[in-house]
Amino acid sequence: MLADKDRIFTNLYGFSSFTLKDAQKRGDWKDTGKIVKKGREWVIDEMKKSGLRGRGGAGFPTGLKWSFMPKDSGKPHYLVINADESEPGTCKDREILRHEPHKLIEGALIAAYAMGANAAYIYVRGEFYNEASNLSKAIAEAYKEGLLGKNAAKSGWDFDLYVHRGAGAYICGEETALLNSLEGEKGQPRNKPPFPAMAGLYSCPTTVNNVETIAVVPTILRRGGEWFAGLGSDEKNTGTKLFCISGHVNNPCTVEEEIGIPMKTLINEHAGGVRGGWDNLLAVIPGGSSCPVLPASICDTVRMDFDSLREVRSGLGTAGLIVMDKSTDIVYAIARLSYFYYHESCGQCTPCREGTGWLWRLMQRMVTGNATIEEIDMLLDITTQIEGHTICAHGDASAWPIQGLIRHFRPEMEKRILEYRKNAPSERMVG
Amino acid sequence: MPKLKINGTEVEVPQGTSIIQAAEQIGVEIPRFCYHDKLSVPANCRMCLVEVKGGPPKPVASCAMACAEGMEIETESPMVHRARKSVMEFLLINHPLDCPICDQGGECDLQDQAVGYGYDRSRYTEDKRAVKDKYLGPLVKTVMTRCIQCTRCIRFGEEIAGVDALGLLNRGEDVEIGTYVEKAVASELSGNLIDVCPVGALTSKPYAFHARPWELKKTETIDVMDGVGSNIRIDSRGREVMRILPRLNEEVNEEWISDKARFSYDGLARRRLDRPWIKNAQTGKLEQASWEDAFNLIADKMKQTKPFDMAALVGNQVDMESVQALKTFMNNAGCNNLECRVDGGHFDATNASGYLFNGGIDSLETADAVLLIGTNPRIEAAMINARIFKGYRDHGTKVALIGESCDLNYPYEHLGDKPSDIETLMKSRSGFAKVMKEGGNVQVILGAGATQRKDGAALQKTAMELASKFGAGYNMLHLTAGRVGALTLGFTKTPNPLNFQSKSFVYLMGVDTPIINQIDKKAFVVYQGHHGDAGAHRADVILPGCAYTEKDALYMNTEGRLQQARKAVSAPGEAQEDWKIISLLAKTCGHDLGYRSIFDVRKSMIGLPPLGERLRPDMQAVAFDDKIGAAKFSLSLENFYQTCPITRASDTMEACVTAFVNKTKRIKAA
Repeated sequence: MLADKDRIFTNLYGFSSFTLKDAQKRGDWKDTGKIVKKGREWVIDEMKKSGLRGRGGAGFPTGLKWSFMPKDSGKPHYLVINADESEPGTCKDREILRHEPHKLIEGALIAAYAMGANAAYIYVRGEFYNEASNLSKAIAEAYKEGLLGKNAAKSGWDFDLYVHRGAGAYICGEETALLNSLEGEKGQPRNKPPFPAMAGLYSCPTTVNNVETIAVVPTILRRGGEWFAGLGSDEKNTGTKLFCISGHVNNPCTVEEEIGIPMKTLINEHAGGVRGGWDNLLAVIPGGSSCPVLPASICDTVRMDFDSLREVRSGLGTAGLIVMDKSTDIVYAIARLSYFYYHESCGQCTPCREGTGWLWRLMQRMVTGNATIEEIDMLLDITTQIEGHTICAHGDASAWPIQGLIRHFRPEMEKRILEYRKNAPSERMVG
Repeated sequence: MPKLKINGTEVEVPQGTSIIQAAEQIGVEIPRFCYHDKLSVPANCRMCLVEVKGGPPKPVASCAMACAEGMEIETESPMVHRARKSVMEFLLINHPLDCPICDQGGECDLQDQAVGYGYDRSRYTEDKRAVKDKYLGPLVKTVMTRCIQCTRCIRFGEEIAGVDALGLLNRGEDVEIGTYVEKAVASELSGNLIDVCPVGALTSKPYAFHARPWELKKTETIDVMDGVGSNIRIDSRGREVMRILPRLNEEVNEEWISDKARFSYDGLARRRLDRPWIKNAQTGKLEQASWEDAFNLIADKMKQTKPFDMAALVGNQVDMESVQALKTFMNNAGCNNLECRVDGGHFDATNASGYLFNGGIDSLETADAVLLIGTNPRIEAAMINARIFKGYRDHGTKVALIGESCDLNYPYEHLGDKPSDIETLMKSRSGFAKVMKEGGNVQVILGAGATQRKDGAALQKTAMELASKFGAGYNMLHLTAGRVGALTLGFTKTPNPLNFQSKSFVYLMGVDTPIINQIDKKAFVVYQGHHGDAGAHRADVILPGCAYTEKDALYMNTEGRLQQARKAVSAPGEAQEDWKIISLLAKTCGHDLGYRSIFDVRKSMIGLPPLGERLRPDMQAVAFDDKIGAAKFSLSLENFYQTCPITRASDTMEACVTAFVNKTKRIKAA
């Protein structure tokens, strides 16, 4: 359990206001100029020491990512902050934008300095109207107080921060699609390589970071990378993390906790337990909709960190837990996610464009059982045909939930098919 | 120069080469749909996935991945085959099974690759997607359900044709290619969309359901619809030209052709002259005649006429052998009144450097600046305009125009519309003059809007002076395929056009320009050509010749590049090859030109470059004194689609005029 003194987001629930005055009372913007003046190497080193891994889902080490930015490319550098939080089950960046925007703004200044960027863009999800509004107000305050602009926060670094509101496409949360969207193009992911660090926004070196990643930077640097590294389960899974717990729990919430906390503890302590008690638990999707579902037997013991969840063939993702009790129609739940991925595919590359629709249609039949046993294998085969063959990770994300379902709930699917056959023997006997 | 191994074979390639290109170098074929040599790389079809050993445990798109030192690529591994089969299955689940009624059948990338990588049956039992067909104008037929969303057509529009007409609408499974607001694709290169489409989504409207590719005879030849001399392939069945496709020639047309070159072939079957005709002196009507009668009549007339009272004119699309034969024949008859500039051209024809596109078409690709004088290359030479656009797109070629403003698909600076603006530019030190001075590769293009004026020769001289002052290349852009050949063979004498108006015997070879109205009403006119157009209406005797698809012939394009057209189909009726007609006529007149075959004609032509090469004369100033006039420039062509007897006889071109030219006129009038 995380001690109160180790919390980074002290105003996560908005008990105090998001304004600069209150933020400063909470310790934001304290000695920002001095931190920056310690130099680029120091900042990146400290970030590497902290072991912070990207909070957007992929979990790539942040310090390392920043160090990929070329030293002198002769082009402008950009920091782009991904606030297009659209992963179902995830609601952490929203709280930061609402209640802690100054942490993000301060972090943006430091991060931008560390990668040599004089400008940063925050790409806010279109639906986040109030969040964008709070953020804009906070940025205006910061400009007024000289914390942004020329010689931002007396750091000697010129820094401008812009807010760009998206139009509500899930795929625009993919970093290169986000860059396309920011440039005014259609929000379709780009091929990698070149990676954004070489050619990103307007073909200039760019780093795209999640809101939470950037917002924790100032606190890490103030308290030291070692403090952050001291939290968590091991040296590869460090620090604190915002967990979003939704679904069949008594008290759905977003909470900051140490990485590596057992899932059971997390749900019981913070979310008031599973509806009807822990024994009523059916399954949990541990990291936002794209992570494979975990059955209750695994949930009993699994720890909430990147590597423990990978060992059970799921992932920490964005740490959005979707808790499902035994009243859940698990096949329907995953079919609904399939519809989501079908609906949000950008349509650019073949496996995802054609495959997601196929998956959804098959899943619809799986819900009623209007299928054959062999079609379960076919479904699995199609997911592997999509996975790893697409331009971006959307294809993988559409495949994983179904793979998780088949891995853990195949008996349930087979039962439905057999029942359907029994009740409607004339229809669709053989595939 | 990274070295890498593909399927165990080592290959060294220039920096920046993609894996798919490297594989092509050593003959390893990687299937692809969206990748196209001349277009940008979206890597969206995912058909070209290959395995990079030691890389991430998933296949990579070989079209988008650059080769790196020490890479080891597998293109036939189980991982790759699985990836290809997957992609093929996905492509086919929503693709209709209508190959038997699809015009792409037999030359369809999807069909071919499905043989290699498709399953033998479908696992897809859900409903298939259907997409509404789009109207893209009179040339391109759409069956959008067949579309595999490779976006080649979109990229062609944006990157080659320079029109943003097409785009990818909607997203996910619902994506479709379209124009958003229904409209015809107003580009003179729109036919190339048909070639770039790897499936049967975009096919040729005029060719629809006419033939299958395997029944067609393929003849590699060249196009004569404009001065570019695009390399084409004629597909014919029996005596009919079924369609025309481009052929790769990096120096001329790359792999594109204009719509006029591609779609005007239906004009070859209409209004043809298929037998000799003689005008009845009493009724004034043309009557069918035999070759013998026609020749005898002409021979009689020539005997009665003094050589100085005769004139011979060759038209826009006449091949070089015919010109040479006619010139020899007229000279033998003692007549030297020859003229080939039948569109009113007025320039020094003795100085080859003064009338050629000296810089070469491919130089425009790398040009830093291009100055257009009295020309609209988009209409006058669509392929040359495509090169200028390519230069603009790749490295921002700066373009300026002196002449009537026109709709070009790249931005240009309008420096004025009067001849005196050329002199102003010459004196200037700032603005575009500075750009020209500082640019490495600068090209000046003098168009027909200038050379067809009375002061054309003076403008030619001024433009050459301007080019040499700024160290730029000087280029004259001819509108027609036959002109440079005829000029090179000396079928004209002076800068001033020939005074044929007073002659009482005029021999027209393929002349259908308005110039024939100036011929003396009492003159005896012989017309030798292939279409019953303006020239034939004026004629007293008509000798039926061959169109460019019906004979082996040499043409020289506006750059002075010698190219050969080949016979694809037979001429209709009694029509004969033109050099033969002249040779036989000469015999009737009592001369023997000594031509036994077309090679004898070619032997008598001297000073020509090797086939496929250009004339490269030394630059010489024009020795001609005249003042440039004050009148504003006007464009010599407004209607791209109808410029010769063939295009005027073509229904397809007529439909294009209705869809594009008249519409533009209506908009202008409003």
